[in-house]
Amino acid sequence: MKTIAFGQYYPVQSPIHRLDARIKIILAILFIVCTFLCKNILCFAALIVAALFLIFMSRLPLGTVLRSIRPLIFIMIFTAVLNLFWTTGETPLFEWWRIRIYEEGIYSAVFMVVRIIVLVLGTGLFLTYTTTPIALTDGIESLLSPLRVIRVPVHEFAMMMTIALRFIPTLSEETGKIMNAQKARGVDFSEGGLIRRAKALVPILIPLFVSSFRRADELAMAMECRCYRGGKGRTRMTVPHLHARDFVALVVMVAFGAGILYLNRLGIGYSVP
Amino acid sequence: MAQPFIHTKDLWYSYREDDAHSTPVLRGISLDIARGEYVAILGHNGSGKSTLAKLFNAILEPDSGELTVAGTDLASPELTEDEIFALRREVGMVFQNPDNQLVATIVEEDVAFGPENLGVPSAQIRARVDAALAAVGMSEYAGSEPHRLSGGQKQRVAIAGILAMQPSCMIFDESTAMLDPKGRREVIETFERLNREQGITVLTITHYMNEAARADRVIVIDDGRVLMDGTPREVFANTEALLAAGLDVPQCTALVHALRREGVALTGEPITTEECAELICRALEVQ
Repeated sequence: MKTIAFGQYYPVQSPIHRLDARIKIILAILFIVCTFLCKNILCFAALIVAALFLIFMSRLPLGTVLRSIRPLIFIMIFTAVLNLFWTTGETPLFEWWRIRIYEEGIYSAVFMVVRIIVLVLGTGLFLTYTTTPIALTDGIESLLSPLRVIRVPVHEFAMMMTIALRFIPTLSEETGKIMNAQKARGVDFSEGGLIRRAKALVPILIPLFVSSFRRADELAMAMECRCYRGGKGRTRMTVPHLHARDFVALVVMVAFGAGILYLNRLGIGYSVP
Repeated sequence: MAQPFIHTKDLWYSYREDDAHSTPVLRGISLDIARGEYVAILGHNGSGKSTLAKLFNAILEPDSGELTVAGTDLASPELTEDEIFALRREVGMVFQNPDNQLVATIVEEDVAFGPENLGVPSAQIRARVDAALAAVGMSEYAGSEPHRLSGGQKQRVAIAGILAMQPSCMIFDESTAMLDPKGRREVIETFERLNREQGITVLTITHYMNEAARADRVIVIDDGRVLMDGTPREVFANTEALLAAGLDVPQCTALVHALRREGVALTGEPITTEECAELICRALEVQ
């Protein structure tokens, strides 16, 4: 249980790893916007090139990156089929019984699939693969901090995230222990139907919950003993500073967005509405 | 002796589950602990020793009696949040379960948690964290994740986390109880070094006799009262009273007492294995 991966973070040194977490969050959002701005074949080509460039820059092994798409295969096939059969155009390429496939349908199916792939790759490459969960939490806290003015408990939210991340390995280890303890008492987790298996989980969940509450209680006391009293008057050990590379990355992303908009206006080939 | 660091007089405390049934856990504790002392508080389960520690750190409020810690009157009804805050930076507490007191996902981030709460400037936090990790011998693990450490190592990180707040007193509430012998030794050696080198007042709450024997002073709590208070030698000499309080005596003390009962003439009260061995050797030579 000690080998449990913390999120999907892939620890290598790369230009993307080195970027500031806040900038990466903004870049990821901009990149998502870009994927939705894409309308024609040139744009999507540019998007694919950008995604390949990101993979190259992140120094991640291609296999690891592509594996992140696997869980979405069903959604991709579903959207592709939907777009293929339901998009109407002028002249059908193929007609059989009540099924008509148009050129436009093929285009929009391909575009949708590319869009989904790039979307997942982009967020993964900017966020989960290249940013530690803790940096991500700090980044979110920092970006949301203006909301404090309207009394959103941003610090508390970030603290909860941090503690959750801290206790994932601890609780998963504990789950393993409880399961073993129940197995030793003859509980079978692998047989029976869905309902029986779900029922078998009850004797795991109850002790786990009870112990979590006890842990929470002790942790709260330990935190109080270490003078924790919320975000008020709190300083941080590492104050993130923006570097030139962060601004460069931002400028490149904005330029990419502008490029996409320009390519859209060229109006080459089929353009999705 | 100047003003004691911790002063209690006729201290009472009871956990109130409901008003009708409140059995007092502490029944009139009176003791003084000076700055820089190394004190072990002994007692069996339910003797009130942990409750006493929680009173010292203002986690619990006393029912009646005097309680002054680091110059702050904790029995005062007008105790403010800020006073408690100031007290807690003076008196740090390390708990039993090492897993339930580490907050952050990276060792150095966790050590920084205390100073961050105190509002220490960033550059100083860095220096404090490095110094605290060096003091507990965990510098090389600064970038590790807590769940990859052993129990003893986690507990040393917890000590570093308190140390980074630069307290003048540290309370160890059964901090070695969940550790294996190696981890226990690591933790004990760490806080003994802190006591010796940095003059930090150390209060260790334990039911391990061998651990208590290493302290400068042992206070035995039984049924919410101070049963004995003195040097380990004085306290462990009174084997019968300790056994009556449901406590063990250190193995070597027990051995010497058993030998004496059998008519072997042994003089002195050994509390360490070496002393005991020496004593027996000397007795054999005489024979």
